[in-house]
Amino acid sequence: MQFERKDILDMESLSAEEIIFILDTADQLKEISRRPVKKVPTLRGKTVVLFFYEPSTRTRSSFEIASKRLSADSISISSSSSSMVKGETLIDTARNLEAMNPDVIVIRHPSAGAPHMIARLLKTSVINAGDGMHAHPTQALLDLMTVREKKGYIKGLRIAIIGDISHSRVARSDCIGFTKMGADVVLAGPPTMIPKGIESLGVTVACNSDEAVKDADVIIMLRIQKERQKSFLYPSDREYSRIFGLNAERLKKASKDVLIMHPGPINRGVEISSEVADGPYSIILDQVTNGVSVRMALLFILSA
Amino acid sequence: MLTLIKGGRVLDPGKIDGITDILVKDGIIIEVIAKASPSGKSKKNNSESLKKYKADTVIDASGKIVVPGLIDMHVHLREPGQEYKETIETGILAAAAGGFTGICAMPNTIPVNDNRQVTEYILNRAKEVGKVNVYPVAAISTGLKGEGLCEYGDLKEAGAIALSDDGKPVSNSRLMRRAMEYAKGFGLPVISHCEVSELSAGGVMNEGIVATRMGLAGIPNEAESIMVARDIALCELTGAHLHIAHVSTSQSVNAIREAKRKGLPVTAETAPHYFTLTDEAVSGYNTNAKMSPPLRSAFDRDAVREGLADGTIDVIATDHAPHSSFEKDVEFDIAANGIVGLETSVSLGLRLVEDGIITLPVLIEKMSCNPARILGLERSIKKGVAADITIIDPAFVYTIDSSSFYSLGRNTPFEGWEMKGKAVLTMVGGKVVFDNIIRL
Repeated sequence: MQFERKDILDMESLSAEEIIFILDTADQLKEISRRPVKKVPTLRGKTVVLFFYEPSTRTRSSFEIASKRLSADSISISSSSSSMVKGETLIDTARNLEAMNPDVIVIRHPSAGAPHMIARLLKTSVINAGDGMHAHPTQALLDLMTVREKKGYIKGLRIAIIGDISHSRVARSDCIGFTKMGADVVLAGPPTMIPKGIESLGVTVACNSDEAVKDADVIIMLRIQKERQKSFLYPSDREYSRIFGLNAERLKKASKDVLIMHPGPINRGVEISSEVADGPYSIILDQVTNGVSVRMALLFILSA
Repeated sequence: MLTLIKGGRVLDPGKIDGITDILVKDGIIIEVIAKASPSGKSKKNNSESLKKYKADTVIDASGKIVVPGLIDMHVHLREPGQEYKETIETGILAAAAGGFTGICAMPNTIPVNDNRQVTEYILNRAKEVGKVNVYPVAAISTGLKGEGLCEYGDLKEAGAIALSDDGKPVSNSRLMRRAMEYAKGFGLPVISHCEVSELSAGGVMNEGIVATRMGLAGIPNEAESIMVARDIALCELTGAHLHIAHVSTSQSVNAIREAKRKGLPVTAETAPHYFTLTDEAVSGYNTNAKMSPPLRSAFDRDAVREGLADGTIDVIATDHAPHSSFEKDVEFDIAANGIVGLETSVSLGLRLVEDGIITLPVLIEKMSCNPARILGLERSIKKGVAADITIIDPAFVYTIDSSSFYSLGRNTPFEGWEMKGKAVLTMVGGKVVFDNIIRL
């Protein structure tokens, strides 16, 4: 297929056909990372700017490794080293970056819609590496890739997403991505963290985590942030882990070949017990491995 | 200097509605001469009384609607302190172009209008510019901090017409109670920006499906309606005149309706964007649809329309909030709240009439008579009254183009809208301060 899109901003704007094309490309590129010499010249002479307004280890290093494996030159800018601290607006910073002729700008930003704003403004391709609570399309794509790889298909699977749905861009992108690919998504979490009208994404909300886990083929656990206690969203880690956390006992209700996923970083003993995170059903590290392939695929598709 | 406004449909709600000539001399209406009722029945003998006058200027208002001068009781003029957003002069020009003969200037300037000096400064600047009447609204609390009362007696003497901490709620119920009691003694209405800060904190748009999909933090309706209910209770306690600013939710409309049924001295306003738009307008992270209170659901928009139709909401005011492009062309989360409204309000009001939500006389009540009554001013087409008059052309078709605004603010969500009907002439104290009548 012909991929016409300039930017990858969210899962909402991608069609199922485009998603499959990206996943197929990622599958093909995965082999490069297994070679003794993990580098191909495909994107030689291309420049990728990694523009991170928010702290990130996993996503940023994943994009950086993806760029290098394809021989693109990547440079990394963080908010503390950028002109943002000198009061420059995002639009001005983006215009200045574009003036240096990069091929792709990867942006992570704490404000929803920030990547969309610069994508509208610039001719350069923009990849959203996470914008506020809105979207994290590369995470959703790597989740889809990992599930498809392990199960062979996505359609008809029961995907449970458990945790702080309200504040999670991963949850939003996974909801849209998995439903678009024909899976049934069920959500659970503290009632304070289930946003109004989330069912409009085509997902269902379970009464509690046991109900969500029941017969699930895939369970995606979300990270709970301790700061949320200050806004009265949950009472304590102890209560959270008992009622909403995933442990071996609760896991028994799931389908017997269930896959356990987590976008990281994990809070051991809070949303997920170590036993489960390190157990036989966990594919948390496979997600990270596939993250590189998905990002290679996107850089390749947008700039080659 | 004798001016004749000739052949227009004069509409002074409840008093006049018919083809009528108006004679203005030295800023005062000296004759109102009915020619025909709206049904076209001509009246005899009236041409006789015109003959004794020889007008210096004739304004041909045929095909137009001539109404008592419009008042926008909710405007942010930004001067002193933020003249890059708007000045008293540009705000006045925008008001005149929008058909307004009077505007209330909200006190959240820098420094805050919480003392005689700032009130006098605003009045003096407005006088130098002339054209449109500016009525300063002084702060309820010093520095808008919600900690202590301003000197209402001194402020009233200086020319303040009402009190408000607009932009911020008065969170302290005891302070609000005392402010209302104290203001009552001076006959000053208290205009309340109703918001429970703890419920709105962090929110940047209406809470609901659109916010959920966009990943933006929401503000529930109750952030407004709980405070509306509190202020109504304090109104009942104190008997002071409470005016609720920018009503946006169905719950607020219901609470105000109930308060009025009880006979409490409560009045209320809404803005054109709340009866026109919904939170869908935020789609695409449109910062020109970001305001406080936020645009709500279609259900709330319809409730606001119903409140206008049944008289629960007395006034249409714009909450004109000019901002510079660098405060709007930024991430949605950090974009400034508010939109400009002076130059689009009449057209959006006429759409309500076009859509059959309210009648034209009711629109004029909400944009002229009611704000005048609330503020203790006079706006009327009758002999002996100051000639503050707005002429509306109901057939004027145009496209909203912010680059043609007199306001320094270009922040409108209505850019590119095709409109029918517009204020085409504004007369203040007998002087024409804006004239856009197309003459063939």
